[in-house]
Amino acid sequence: MNGVHDMGGMQDMGPVQKEKDERVFHHSWEGRVFAMYRATGAWHKWNIDAARYTRELIPPAEYLRMSYYEKWYVGLVNLLTARGLVTRAEIESGKPAQGSSKASPPLLAKQIRETEALGASTKRNVSVAPRFQAGQSVRARNINPVGHTRLPRYARGKMGTVDRDYGVFVFPDTNAQFLGENPQHVYAVRFSARELWGEQAKAQDTVYLALWDDYLEPA
Amino acid sequence: MDKTRRDFLTAAVTATGAVVTRDLAHAQDHDHGHSHQVVPSDLTLRVKSLESLLVEKGLVDRAALDALIDTYENKVGPRNGAHVVARAWADPAYKQRLLTDADKAIAELGFGGQQGEHMVVVENTPEVHNMVVCTLCSCYPWPVLGLPPVWYKSAPYRSRSVIDPRGVLREFGLELLEDVEVRVWDSTAEVRYLVLPERPADTESLSEDALAALVTRDAMIGVAKIVPRREGGST
Repeated sequence: MNGVHDMGGMQDMGPVQKEKDERVFHHSWEGRVFAMYRATGAWHKWNIDAARYTRELIPPAEYLRMSYYEKWYVGLVNLLTARGLVTRAEIESGKPAQGSSKASPPLLAKQIRETEALGASTKRNVSVAPRFQAGQSVRARNINPVGHTRLPRYARGKMGTVDRDYGVFVFPDTNAQFLGENPQHVYAVRFSARELWGEQAKAQDTVYLALWDDYLEPA
Repeated sequence: MDKTRRDFLTAAVTATGAVVTRDLAHAQDHDHGHSHQVVPSDLTLRVKSLESLLVEKGLVDRAALDALIDTYENKVGPRNGAHVVARAWADPAYKQRLLTDADKAIAELGFGGQQGEHMVVVENTPEVHNMVVCTLCSCYPWPVLGLPPVWYKSAPYRSRSVIDPRGVLREFGLELLEDVEVRVWDSTAEVRYLVLPERPADTESLSEDALAALVTRDAMIGVAKIVPRREGGST
């Protein structure tokens, strides 16, 4: 989706602002939102691509207005309701629906150390032939899917060179909408800054993107 | 951004009944003394209400939430990455392993996991300067750097790093030489990047721990270089 989240190359967002007082969470509610998002993920009712897509679906004016963890809060509520873990009525009332049974949390405090150290890889150990090789010239496809994609607008239609093959990973465009993992090779693709931005860029500067097979075509 | 645009944004925020001030509008006049973000109690209450609902339904374990927060507030952070960098500076064989198979090399030091399952380490040299961004969201190597700072997730950094990396670096106080190659790594997939900064001069006598103490988070994102501490200096 050509949404406002796809920001690479925009120029009117102002200077980068460093904080004097950097904290991991600036308010206790931010930490609670972060932790609730992680803990409810253990129900496996969604995946990381669906979670990102849900935040991308926040209307553009709201997306820009909201702080980072407010977007996470909105995304979490939308995931919980869309995937049937809670109802809108329960969110409104803050109480479980009458007569609903109580579940057992799949993630307990004593498991956190292990789950965080283990991670949740989206690399898949399946045999899929790579369509491209390191050193090969490629073009990022000019596609404009209305759903989730990890091919930023600024690279579409641009020529680059495959730098290396990262292996086989779940494909976000289908996974985000629960349409299957569709695992395929991901490559580091090197684009010259001039190919992306024209003569204003320095001749030697480069931008590397990690791109799936389906985002690329031979050039 | 000019004043008209800022006024428009402020008006828009008011008009939509904003529950939090927005980072972007707020960022324009940053050094004016009040707290960074004003959060009306409404959002605090909504989050509290959601938590009690999820606990009551048995969907989450409250102690697990506490443990997750404790992990990223107190246990996982940029000191992990600093150890990786210091080891690479001190041990050429380790550095080689780190650059060719970062996952294994980082695991040697006991780090890895969530949002760092697949790592690539890129080396800064006098000729090449690497910097890392996620233009689409906020991808960041948690096991070695912790959770990202606000600026990394902000619209200015996400938007401009790819089109004007030198301008962004200048805002961090880093002016690169004209003939240096800037490589920007946009974290578009599930691969996370760590920059191996240049080792500062005159640090041959330092222990690995002392080297690690020199390493900053910003240098591992690639928005700063590492400046050696002056002997007897107060920094």
